[in-house]
Amino acid sequence: MLLSEQQTIALEETANDIRKSIIKMLVAAGSGHTAGPLGMADIFTVLYFHTLRHDPKNPKWEDRDRVLLSNGHICPVLYAAMAYAGYFPKELLMTLRKFGSPLQGHPHREFLPSLETSSGPLGEGLSQAVGMAIADKMDGKTGERRIYCLMSDGELEEGESWEAAMLGGKEKLNNLVAVIDRNNIQIDGFTEDVMPLEPLAKKWEAFNWHVLEIDGHNLEAIAAAFHAAKRIYDKPTVIIANTIPGKGVLEFERDYRWHGNPPNERQGEMALAELRAAGENIRSRAQS
Amino acid sequence: MTANMHGALNAELRLNEKMFDDDVKKIAIRKGFGEGLVLAGDADARVVVLSGDLTESAQAEAFKQKYPERFVELGVAEQNMAAVASGMAAKGKIPFITSYAMFSPGRNWEQIRTTICYNNQPVKIAGSHAGVSVGPDGGTHQAIEDIAITRVIPHMTVICPCDAIEARKATVAAVSTGTPVYLRLARNATPVMTTNDTPFRIGVAQIVWQSLAPTVGIIATGSLLHKALLAAKELSESGIQVDVMNLSTIKPIDEAAVVALATRTGRIVTVEEHQVAAGMGSAVAECLAVHHPVPMRFIGVQDRFGQSGTPEELVEHYGMGSDAIVAAVHEILAR
Repeated sequence: MLLSEQQTIALEETANDIRKSIIKMLVAAGSGHTAGPLGMADIFTVLYFHTLRHDPKNPKWEDRDRVLLSNGHICPVLYAAMAYAGYFPKELLMTLRKFGSPLQGHPHREFLPSLETSSGPLGEGLSQAVGMAIADKMDGKTGERRIYCLMSDGELEEGESWEAAMLGGKEKLNNLVAVIDRNNIQIDGFTEDVMPLEPLAKKWEAFNWHVLEIDGHNLEAIAAAFHAAKRIYDKPTVIIANTIPGKGVLEFERDYRWHGNPPNERQGEMALAELRAAGENIRSRAQS
Repeated sequence: MTANMHGALNAELRLNEKMFDDDVKKIAIRKGFGEGLVLAGDADARVVVLSGDLTESAQAEAFKQKYPERFVELGVAEQNMAAVASGMAAKGKIPFITSYAMFSPGRNWEQIRTTICYNNQPVKIAGSHAGVSVGPDGGTHQAIEDIAITRVIPHMTVICPCDAIEARKATVAAVSTGTPVYLRLARNATPVMTTNDTPFRIGVAQIVWQSLAPTVGIIATGSLLHKALLAAKELSESGIQVDVMNLSTIKPIDEAAVVALATRTGRIVTVEEHQVAAGMGSAVAECLAVHHPVPMRFIGVQDRFGQSGTPEELVEHYGMGSDAIVAAVHEILAR
């Protein structure tokens, strides 16, 4: 096991705190995306609080790992993870989507310089991650330094995603890890109705990637996948993370209508109550 | 000013004195880019070149031969190429992406906007085969909207060199702007008007033909500068004094020089191998409308697509030859 029981409980608590922040941010913003950020909270937690080589107090540290969020619309989870990791004060989270806020509706590094890229238009993050990984290879800096690209399943309908996948395979970018949020929903419905993506793992294998499939809510499995990717030397790795959209709030789970809508105040209170109860549960397990 | 009282080439710019000869030396502007690319690579190890299956034609071959470790072949995938270059720039590289203007910045415009310009990464976009002078390939491959779509993006610099020598200098200069740059290049051999000694700076327009008392200012960009100069010479011989400006940097526009020309002449004719809508002439008009409104005429493609033909036939057909420029000058003087 990569994570001790104590570590697992601490990460669960952080993921729960991040989910609560996401709800509060979205209620305060009055617009934004709910399902994706909640569904990716566990992966962002493991990434920022276990896997990443980074220094939030020195965000321009040259040898840091890079995190690119390709599907920029799930930025509430990125912002919350960054705030909890110490990149900026948590109070800023409540300014999401407001005029003048560093936390733009889709990430913009001119407003928040500790971001690696600006993003929003789909299908472009993996290309940029491939570019970073190629640059590091050119400079012989492929030891520990890694590029992580977080992307959605729906954006795989963009042709550019596969242009980038082809190049990543061609260049054998073992310093690159892509994580696909396989939550099966997009704006118009379920991915397999809108545009079938399966057999997804076979597609990536055919593009010469090392493919791992995990339960995107199992912290140990997430940590193990990131760990395993470091031991692949001749290919980039893609982690297909099966997640539940809206995870953590029963009323939001698995419902594509929560893709692009925020909770109102009443729904927010209901969600927070559920998450607080979950937090109590985690703490009582910690004490037992 | 030389002895010719009606106008002459600006001697300070040390231009090619033989440019009006029938056997004027002709080199493709894209070739100058290819030479500049190697010089840029020699001068700065951060320079890398990306190619989308057009390495020879888009003039990346010499760089590839000299610096194979700094060359990336991405296949026919211009959208990916723009965004990959953005990622490489984020890691400290200065990438040149090379293709035809129709595909880059044409097909990949949104990737250029979002991943390059919105991030303000110093990627240099070299678009070859701009203008109808691409010739026989026909309208699909003749980019005549590229100035418009690049100059509207914040952070972008737009340069349209007049000949191969200026293209070489612009390519080298583009490395150190710290911004995205679009280099607009043409396919076919065109007259060489400048020399190695002609000064070049991004953002600085030059008066290449001067008269004592000019009554029209002609502003040209790209290889059509030669047609503008032929027109100036002809007009001068018939007693009409004009000044001709080479506006190779379209953005940021040399506002002071453009306003000074309009003030001096009182009338402006712009000349570009591009749609007149939203191109260089429009950039000049935006500037003058605010600072010094004067009557204007626009030489360029009038809201049509290109077609097959020789470059010369097409330039004439779309009304961008020296006769059309002379006619526009007469017309604006007669109003």
